[in-house]
Amino acid sequence: MTLEQALVHTAAGSKQTWEVQWAEVVKVVPEVTDAATFSLRFIDPAVHNAYHFRPGQFNMLYLPGFGEAAISICSDPADRSSIAHTVRFVGNVTRAVSRLRPGDQVGVRGPFGTSWPIEKLEGKDLFIACGGIGLPPLRGAIYHIMQHREKYGNVTLLYGARTPADLMYTQEYEQWRAAKIQIEVTVDRSEADWTGHVGVVPMWFYGFRMQHRKTAVLTCGPEIMIRFVIFEALARRVAPESIFVSLERNMRCGQGSCGHCQIGPYFVCRDGPVFPFSALQPFFNVEEF
Amino acid sequence: MLDKRRIEVGDTIAIKKSELETLLQTLAAAGYVPLGPQVRDTAIVYDRLENADRLPKGYVTEQAPGRFRLVRAKHSRFFDFIPGAASWKQFLFPPRLDLLTLRRNGKSWHQVGSRPEPNAYAFVGVRPCELAAIQAQDKVFLREDYTDTTYQAQRTKVFILAVNCIHPAGTCFCGTMGTGPRADSGFDLCLTELDEHFLVAVGSALGRDMVLDLAGESASAFLLGSAENALQHAAALTQCDIDPSTCAEAMLDDLDHPHWDEVAQRCLSCGNCTLACPTCFCWDVSDQTNLSMTETRRERTWDSCFNPTYSYQAGGNTRPTIRSRYRQWLSHKFGSWKQQFGTLGCVGCGRCITWCPAGIDTRVEVATLQKETEQ
Repeated sequence: MTLEQALVHTAAGSKQTWEVQWAEVVKVVPEVTDAATFSLRFIDPAVHNAYHFRPGQFNMLYLPGFGEAAISICSDPADRSSIAHTVRFVGNVTRAVSRLRPGDQVGVRGPFGTSWPIEKLEGKDLFIACGGIGLPPLRGAIYHIMQHREKYGNVTLLYGARTPADLMYTQEYEQWRAAKIQIEVTVDRSEADWTGHVGVVPMWFYGFRMQHRKTAVLTCGPEIMIRFVIFEALARRVAPESIFVSLERNMRCGQGSCGHCQIGPYFVCRDGPVFPFSALQPFFNVEEF
Repeated sequence: MLDKRRIEVGDTIAIKKSELETLLQTLAAAGYVPLGPQVRDTAIVYDRLENADRLPKGYVTEQAPGRFRLVRAKHSRFFDFIPGAASWKQFLFPPRLDLLTLRRNGKSWHQVGSRPEPNAYAFVGVRPCELAAIQAQDKVFLREDYTDTTYQAQRTKVFILAVNCIHPAGTCFCGTMGTGPRADSGFDLCLTELDEHFLVAVGSALGRDMVLDLAGESASAFLLGSAENALQHAAALTQCDIDPSTCAEAMLDDLDHPHWDEVAQRCLSCGNCTLACPTCFCWDVSDQTNLSMTETRRERTWDSCFNPTYSYQAGGNTRPTIRSRYRQWLSHKFGSWKQQFGTLGCVGCGRCITWCPAGIDTRVEVATLQKETEQ
């Protein structure tokens, strides 16, 4: 784009970088000890009605005086009543988010990034492997699958957390199971009353047999878990193009400008966070890249 | 005598050196604040240029890995020096910029104030590599899917008076990178300094308007020939062993090559290279808030991939080692940048070499990696 074209282009109205839309917290649901789900409604009804997102996308949540954090949207894209984010309290901004109560306001920019290619995967068996805070970015996709369940083959959710107390959305599992989603839950460390699986996600992945030609894998979680999930998926001859990964990186702008989230040629905030593994293959197993 | 009505974009005229002052006055009269190189604190800085006498006339610079010296020359040319650490980036993409200010009213916040209109600047003495750097940043900040409005507002109010480089410094490698020592396009006017004259190439209609008042003449074959010789000589002095046509692939070919460990032993991760680099574009944003938490200013600052906080995230630091940070910088600049923006991120200005306190020579590192991975 030349300078002249750029001028014409923006005159026609492109995104303003820092325009924040204000939203009100309508509900706070504690999930686990260090995370909760915050449901938001934009204060301006016109903004709220115009806001659409796809599962896997994220917003920049802004608390004046603290800053912004990139948080995936975990609610049902078809649910127009509110937009939910499950936030784990780990940094300055997210700790400030932890103090939000219904009625408080938060700035929102977004939605940003790519989404799970859920429509393109119709007709396939889906294998969703996630760990810890990696489940929220996939919950929107799970809702979509439930609403269009007949369009998909076998759907399996393999979800791992550190302890049984760290498992998220446990109250919804029955509903998910009722929609014929096979749920396998595993924990790193068991507790006295735990009767489920123990062990990391890739270890249980090992136990699954899949028809590699018709299976797509969707994964999100700690990078080390993702790495081994992919390893297991490839070992089952799932094509790299059929493995989808959502990555976490430091993000400041959400628009591929500030540079922080780069991995190789990609800006994770713009070209991701959801990538087909085939795109990441040259860089993925490079340490500290 | 020159028929001024017939000067067209693409023409080159010759002016006496004293006419440079007239040109600066013409630019000022046209509403441009002239900014240009000048000597301060034994370095070359870019600042408001009161008149042509403030230019670093009669200076040359000695530049080598980790070394910059301003030296009095035996002659008194205006542009025989090669710029210092400062680049034009500071005006188009300022090191610090207030994005917006918010004020609290109960539970809600609202934006206050508005951004001042940027000055119209005349950049005086933009070197061909610097011009290429501005064009590289145009691609970063003026994308189809994202436009940085502050960059755009300033960029569109800049007059570019470029200067071709006759006397490159020891760290220059624009000849190899294909960005210099002669500017081909992207300027309003471009000077080539000879003994008695400046040749003035007219690069835009705006540029043409600015030379109409100058006492000029058609550039004689002799003057054009002198300039050509000088620039060819300069081109020969600005070569290095990098092959820019293949380095993008080579840089990403073996990200675990032992040379990355070797260079990490020397790199201090100070970030000088990213600050001095005229194309580095990474930035951070933070809130500057008053004590009563009633007002906050969102401030954008330059960031550097050498800062440990740069790749910090909840799950840990993506690049905790100097090796990984140096690799990110170099493999981006000479590698993945091409996939992102269609060109390499390096313009061959040599600032990262001159201003590296460890004297790491980017030319050598890239050429080494290229040679090793292409074997």
